[in-house]
Amino acid sequence: MRELRYREALREAMLEEMERDERVFLMGEEVGHYQGAYKVSEGLLDKFGERRVIDTPIAESGFAGIGIGAAMVGLRPIIEFMTWNFSFVAFDQVISNAAKIHQMSAGAIHVPIVFRGPNGAARQVASQHSHAVAPFYVGIPGLYVCQPSTPRDAKGLLKTAIRSNNPVIFLEGETLYGVKGEVPDEGVEELIPFGASRVARHGADCTIVTWGRPYYVAMAAAEKLAADGTECEVIDPRTLRPLDMGPVIKSVRKTNRCVVVHEHWPYGGPGAEVVDRVQREAFDYLDAPVERVTGLDVPMPYALNLENEVLPTEERVIDAVKRVSYAK
Amino acid sequence: MAKIIGLPKLSPTMEEGTLVSWAKKEGDSVDVDDLLAEVETDKATMEFRSFDRGVLLKILVPEGVTLEAEVPVAIIGKAGEDITELLAQVEAAGAPRKEAASPRGEGIATESETPSGPMAESAPESAPESAPVSTTGGNGGRVISSPLVRRLARERSIDLGSVQGTGPHGRIVKRDIESYTGPGATSTMLSGERLPPEVRQASSMRRTIARRLTESTQSIPHYYLTIDCDIGPLSDARKAMNAELEADAKKVSLNDLIIKAAAVALRRVPEVNASWMGKEIHYHQVVDISVAVAVDDGLMTPVIRDADRKGITQIADEVRHLAGRARERKLSIEEMTNGTFSISNLGMYGIEEFTAVINPPEAAILAVGTIREEPVVQAGEVVPGRRMRFTMSCDHRIVDGAVGARYMAAFKRIIESPLNMLL
Repeated sequence: MRELRYREALREAMLEEMERDERVFLMGEEVGHYQGAYKVSEGLLDKFGERRVIDTPIAESGFAGIGIGAAMVGLRPIIEFMTWNFSFVAFDQVISNAAKIHQMSAGAIHVPIVFRGPNGAARQVASQHSHAVAPFYVGIPGLYVCQPSTPRDAKGLLKTAIRSNNPVIFLEGETLYGVKGEVPDEGVEELIPFGASRVARHGADCTIVTWGRPYYVAMAAAEKLAADGTECEVIDPRTLRPLDMGPVIKSVRKTNRCVVVHEHWPYGGPGAEVVDRVQREAFDYLDAPVERVTGLDVPMPYALNLENEVLPTEERVIDAVKRVSYAK
Repeated sequence: MAKIIGLPKLSPTMEEGTLVSWAKKEGDSVDVDDLLAEVETDKATMEFRSFDRGVLLKILVPEGVTLEAEVPVAIIGKAGEDITELLAQVEAAGAPRKEAASPRGEGIATESETPSGPMAESAPESAPESAPVSTTGGNGGRVISSPLVRRLARERSIDLGSVQGTGPHGRIVKRDIESYTGPGATSTMLSGERLPPEVRQASSMRRTIARRLTESTQSIPHYYLTIDCDIGPLSDARKAMNAELEADAKKVSLNDLIIKAAAVALRRVPEVNASWMGKEIHYHQVVDISVAVAVDDGLMTPVIRDADRKGITQIADEVRHLAGRARERKLSIEEMTNGTFSISNLGMYGIEEFTAVINPPEAAILAVGTIREEPVVQAGEVVPGRRMRFTMSCDHRIVDGAVGARYMAAFKRIIESPLNMLL
């Protein structure tokens, strides 16, 4: 297998799907002539032309709505938000239209659309531009929510998202775009299904559930814990809606303990959903309360030292694993 | 043990409550979860239910009084129990309505198992570290444990009250139940893991048995002789004797007769009634038969002295008496040492034959099997028979094969023709 960066994997997914299906098109701010604000769409304009790679004004509500309308009449748009923070001005389009039309039309109209872009904190972009938005979208019936951590998952899930007949929220990460990882070779098509958690690391002592940027924090913490003899099983759900709890429950039945690590705030959201399911489905197997390591419950500070404290750290993950293990 | 009951915190924010009405009066019996009183808190009028079982010995607070949480309101104990010390303790801590200096401390005092004088004095100040954080003035006897532990305890029938918790607030966690060795700690599967064996200290009796039998099999060259006897005549003799003894309300058992027969046979072949003592052989002048008796967790061998010369009823009486003392662990050393020959009988378990380990320094042990009712060929005819097999383990250093065989033949003659005992 070759190594690709996360952004290259996303680009390949879009390129392959646009080649495969001429109804697929990309629309958003700076996706074309600027080659993408984060260079995810680099080269796509040259390849597919202005009819299929469309630059928009700074008007998220407008181009999200155009995308939804295009999807309703048979096209398969990919709508790029420059960051998910800007999706808030298009929130009504996503929630009230994209997520509802299929049900309100009694199944007559599909909305095959992907909304994608970087999610969460980048580096010192402060409180208004650092939102981890999964909790806002994951609770909406009618939406799928993907949050891939690795280049391979990013490519495989985006291809599945583009082929989906229903709206998909696709959460990437500015700090993830440069991450390298193994991706199947050219010509080997891999579609990763929604609702299939991936066991990223095996261990018998504690289950860690994590996704997105903190996936790498948790994996690093797991390595350090392993050096001290505590083997963590790390599970990445990859899609937050649907959420595949099977491997998590199986793992907790083995380890008797669970720590959930995520970037979004602690109040509610997919992190709390995982805890809820674990306590219900593995109650008789828990030896300790399920713990969470989350983004701290504050608006993101601008100062780098404070930002680093707010985001989940290896130290906090290690402490949580030790607490649920009743270890000193 | 009587204990002081404090006013529980009935809501997380409750700091004081008004005791609206008592649901029980002094002298009433109280069960766990019985309604004791109605208490008006900052939220609502709530039920104050008992965590304890016993008798409401004393009501310390009249209805209508407002108190801080955890202030003593009643004493519960056994009927007629002396509570003067507890009352003094309540008095010392201040009148109930007065502000309590350390309400939590008092709550803990009510938990103390032995409210003796000195403890009662120190109670209001002392707040033991192990005191669990609680909203009801203690855990009310509740065992705190993880869900996993509760499931394992259910599966293995472990009483969690007997397991020490090492988690926060004394929570019993997986490692506590894994290191627990009490009843129920069996080798059940634990989510795919194999449990280690349960470790128990060997009793001194078991250690003695282990040492002596190991010595015996390692140092004595054992060999075994089995003989099959017609037990009909002996059974008939026993029946006749018991009919005769009925008036005296006495009975002899087959085993008593076998003891007598073995003893008489030892007189006939005295080489077997001997001990290997290293450089010399001791030929015993007396016939003292050790009888193996199973007791809880082991066995003992009380000795019937001069069994060759005693009457059957006397042997029967002594066996019954000594076996009883053995089961009560009351045998004296004299009563269980210095036998010259042993008999072990497993017939009552249906064992047909077996070999026993010699009880040194004796030279032989006779293993007695069960009675078998089976067809036998007698003078060319198949007839119903009652048979029994005896196996003697012999110390080859003293008892050679021919000697042992002669003994078994003599024994068989006596068993099959009980009148021989009289010769």
